Amino acid sequence: MAELDAELHVQHLSHSFGPHEILRDISFNLKEGHVISVVGPSGGGKTTLLHLCAGFLDVEEGKVTNTFNKHAFAFQETRLLPWQTTLDNIAFGLKAQGMRKQQRYHLATEIALRFGLEKKDLSKFPKDLSGGMRQRVSFARALVIEPQLLFLDEPFSALDIGLKQELQQILIQLISDGRLTVFFITHDLMEAVRLSDQIIVLDVDPGRVAHTFTIEKPQQERDDAYVYAETAKLLANPVIIKTFELSIASSRNKPDKGAAA
Amino acid sequence: MNALLNIIKNFPKYLWSGWGAVSSIFLFITLWEFGFQQYGELVLPSPQSTFHTLWTMLHTDSIMQDVHITVKRAMWGFIISAGLGSFLGMLAGLFVTASIMSRPIITILMGMPPIAWIVLAMIWFGTGDNTVIFTVVVASFPIVFVGALQGTHTLEGDLKDMSDSFKAPLLMKFTDVYFPHIFSYIFPAWIAALGMSWKIVVMAELLSTPDGIGAALAVTRSHLDTAGALALVTIMIGFLLFIEYVFMEPIKREVEQWRN
Ligand SMILES: Nc1ncnc2c1ncn2[C@@H]1O[C@H](COP(=O)(O)OP(=O)(O)OP(=O)(O)O)[C@@H](O)[C@H]1O
Ligand SMILES: [Mg+2]
Repeated sequence: MAELDAELHVQHLSHSFGPHEILRDISFNLKEGHVISVVGPSGGGKTTLLHLCAGFLDVEEGKVTNTFNKHAFAFQETRLLPWQTTLDNIAFGLKAQGMRKQQRYHLATEIALRFGLEKKDLSKFPKDLSGGMRQRVSFARALVIEPQLLFLDEPFSALDIGLKQELQQILIQLISDGRLTVFFITHDLMEAVRLSDQIIVLDVDPGRVAHTFTIEKPQQERDDAYVYAETAKLLANPVIIKTFELSIASSRNKPDKGAAA
Repeated sequence: MNALLNIIKNFPKYLWSGWGAVSSIFLFITLWEFGFQQYGELVLPSPQSTFHTLWTMLHTDSIMQDVHITVKRAMWGFIISAGLGSFLGMLAGLFVTASIMSRPIITILMGMPPIAWIVLAMIWFGTGDNTVIFTVVVASFPIVFVGALQGTHTLEGDLKDMSDSFKAPLLMKFTDVYFPHIFSYIFPAWIAALGMSWKIVVMAELLSTPDGIGAALAVTRSHLDTAGALALVTIMIGFLLFIEYVFMEPIKREVEQWRN
């Protein structure tokens, strides 16, 4: 098997919607067990980049090589099936794999409870869930199939700080166990610092790599103080200030807020 | 099957919630009684005499036969329009040209008064089942067709991408993603078509056949038997209420509970 050197390799990727150039010459290499985050202003083409990597959009220019066996996706707009209950939505990927009903419900229930959903939420339809709950359902649906590669498009944007940290912790655990590779999009610089090995800053119009930051320290050893300090450093970085068009006021090294979010 | 169980389980609760409807029906009957006292037996027979006529009517064989014939015709018309409309509508929804081309035809079908169809049908089919069923189909088919067309037309790529990302097999994509969406459009159309079938069938019978509730209605008219006419109307309304509230509504509640 090619287990050892599975990777998501993006080379000179460009993309346009009609006349609008969205992405220009993006290259990076996501190796197994690593986490790459993409941060950038809204409308900069992050979701587009993710969709190209996952194969939802046809690659027009450049090359995307994905040698992971199994990948899963948590969408920015969750994309739950409105006519299925929480439980069925979470179990969707398992059903697609042909798992028996009893077992997939068992696994889905387990992960739902771990993600802070309650028993009574399991039989609800998406319309009766809060935005944050829907995000957790979508995230659970992606994680429950135990993917090798996880595409996350702002999966925590509607969650409170506590829940966010809890789910981040779950991710960090899986990453440290070497079971997961993550391609992650976020608006929240602090989240990026906490989770990633590499942070790609995407400039806007057209989207291109403005800068890549690398963080060597293993995720598990990053405590809050470290994350705050690193985020503060990032916020003071000229590249970040320029891409996010931060005003002087917000670049006073106040790391308790995400950058553009 | 789970859905079926749920429907049955919730049925008593649902029935209990029907008291409001019952009281509004009683209110209506009260008004009717007032009308009778105002205008007299010939114009508006009292509820009492109407129900009495109805009671004796229900005990004659011929009326049961008429009801049977009418129900049969309405059902055939409904089944044909539901089947044909669903199939062709879904097909048309898949192709842009087909949906554009079908638009004016549907407008014509919907806009043409059923009474005109009856005349044509009588010329084509004579007087009998076919004329009635044809008229019912022409009136109900476009409703189902439009519903089905919109159902497939509005299928979203987003959910398809989602199911592809989990490598859902084709059958599962159909049962879990496409079908529920399309069905949520087709089902209300079926209900509307069923109501339409029931109305049209009586009208067509009144004008074109020697049997069925519509024909019986024509007889009461020629005898100036207002109580008899009202009794027949009561039978028709009874059927409509029965189908609508005992059959369709519980199913609708079950299959549409995911909607806001
Ligand atoms: N299917 C499409 N057709 C045409 N234009 C599109 C399409 N999808 C996205 N765009 C455009 O591409 C640009 C980038 O969109 P994208 O969704 O990738 O941004 P984003 O970085 O994910 O933003 P956000 O952070 O707000 O989610 C936007 O200007 C958007 O209007
Ligand atoms: Mg986006």
